[in-house]
Amino acid sequence: MSSQDIPEEKSPAEQGAHVAVADEKHPFADPGLPPHEHRIQDVDERAARRSERTVALLFTVSMLATVGFIASYVAIPHDKSIFVFPIGHLNALNFALGLTLGLALFSIGAGAVHWARTLMSDVEVADERHPIAAEPDVKAKVMADFKQGAKESALGRRKLIRNTMFGALALFPLSGVVLLRDLGPLPGTKLRHTLWSKGKLLVNMNTNEPLRPEDVAVGSLTFAKPEGLEEDDHEFQNEIAKAALMIIRLQPDDIKDKQELDWSYQGIVAYSKICTHVGCPISLYEQQTHHALCPCHQSTFDLSDGAKVIFGPAGHPLPQLRIGVNDEGYLEALGDFTEPVGPAFWERG
Amino acid sequence: MFAPADKAQAEESAQSLTIEEGKKLYTVGCASCHGTDGQGTSDGPSLVGVGAAAVDFQVSTGRMPAATSQGAQVPKKKNIYSQAEIDQLAAFIASLGAGPNVPTKDQYDPEGADIAKGGELFRNNCAQCHNFTGKGGALTKGKYAPSLEGVEPKHIYEAMLTGPQNMPSFPDTTMSEQNKKDIIAYLHAVNSDETENPGGLELGGLGPVSEGLFAWIFGLGALIAVAIWVAARTAKARKS
Repeated sequence: MSSQDIPEEKSPAEQGAHVAVADEKHPFADPGLPPHEHRIQDVDERAARRSERTVALLFTVSMLATVGFIASYVAIPHDKSIFVFPIGHLNALNFALGLTLGLALFSIGAGAVHWARTLMSDVEVADERHPIAAEPDVKAKVMADFKQGAKESALGRRKLIRNTMFGALALFPLSGVVLLRDLGPLPGTKLRHTLWSKGKLLVNMNTNEPLRPEDVAVGSLTFAKPEGLEEDDHEFQNEIAKAALMIIRLQPDDIKDKQELDWSYQGIVAYSKICTHVGCPISLYEQQTHHALCPCHQSTFDLSDGAKVIFGPAGHPLPQLRIGVNDEGYLEALGDFTEPVGPAFWERG
Repeated sequence: MFAPADKAQAEESAQSLTIEEGKKLYTVGCASCHGTDGQGTSDGPSLVGVGAAAVDFQVSTGRMPAATSQGAQVPKKKNIYSQAEIDQLAAFIASLGAGPNVPTKDQYDPEGADIAKGGELFRNNCAQCHNFTGKGGALTKGKYAPSLEGVEPKHIYEAMLTGPQNMPSFPDTTMSEQNKKDIIAYLHAVNSDETENPGGLELGGLGPVSEGLFAWIFGLGALIAVAIWVAARTAKARKS
């Protein structure tokens, strides 16, 4: 960058001394190298020594910081907390390690930059380009070597070797192709079914107890999982990702959609918690507007009107689970969701 | 021999006096929107059955009386009532219809609660709106879930119990008292003055996106600025 600054510093007389003349073959005159300018360190030995001391100081700071890093690691207990203005309460060990490591690296870098700028040689060097193509005799030698190799290997004569070698090389990539099978198996009908089935109780995720209708107040929000699915089950995450349920209660008069009303129990409705856009858990429920908002892309569903999409990119209403009450007075599912939960997939239909 | 009856009678009259006082305060401060008997008007919802807990929450946090019924949501502001007045108002509203009572200190005190369980409950029930450390977040059409920083445990408990404004309620039947306590303890651990932040700057606690943005813009920006500063200064003796 400094070489770009320099032409401006030159006087016209200096420029003229250097320049080659433009002719037919070289329509642009070669400006040549600008005259070399000295740094203060090149002419003043005291300044050079000052620079040397600065660089040495920076490297020494780096050494001390590294020693400090090791000392902090050994000396500071990992759970010690300190207050640092303006950051607040933080972990003393993390803070000390970060500070010393940063200082150690920064000082090495700063020292190297200062050294290169003030003391290392700064004489401009021209490096002429050369043609990319090889010399003709080098080309001839390579071709001759290749022909001789082909002849000595006797590939043209020993056809059995040649053909089996081609076979081996052609078959080998198949092992990689076969491994692609591990991407499968295809999901089959898994995306269309959840753990919900007729008679499964709705279990409150807070208390792990089955829900009763009287537990669910108007304006409240509860999350439910199917009976029998426990958090330490191997498949819990896979299953809850599809079966998660949002339970709300509306005044039955407020429910505008007839199917929603039919599938509810005394105003208690159960909707899938999984957004139909890209499957985020959606539960930003506003109890006065009955809207549920997805935090990922702001799809908004009206839970009082069949969870239809009133804003945002989602393409389907949230699937509703049909619920009822069993003989013992607990809320139960009356079947699985009738459509796949979560985001659309291409053979969803 | 008659003492218990006398005492009960005295308590009853004291109670009715409180309600009477509460009604006076109600008429001045609340009736213009919520109706003379708390039945609600077009400017404010019915208060029958909201319970003392709702009154204590709304008035103590300054949300009620609201300056206007317009706007996306009633903001938190300075409370202008004394606790005695709030109790009187609450007693009056509670007399209109049964609703949740103001929780006692044993109910909301986070001492000894299970912070880990509270974190789990918070992430399942609350974090979708209030952010995973209670920093708050946006809702639809200008509404928002407020930050929970510095909110008193009692008010957090009351909010869960009563569901103020657009927040759904989490009644004891679906979220037990112990659950609520655990949640309060979790919030105290992650979002209070004493919260320790092992990593240092928390950058608003908004998650990896804001942290990444900070690193890219300010971290990388600082490096570029230093590089430009180094290159812009010529090391030559003769300055132009």
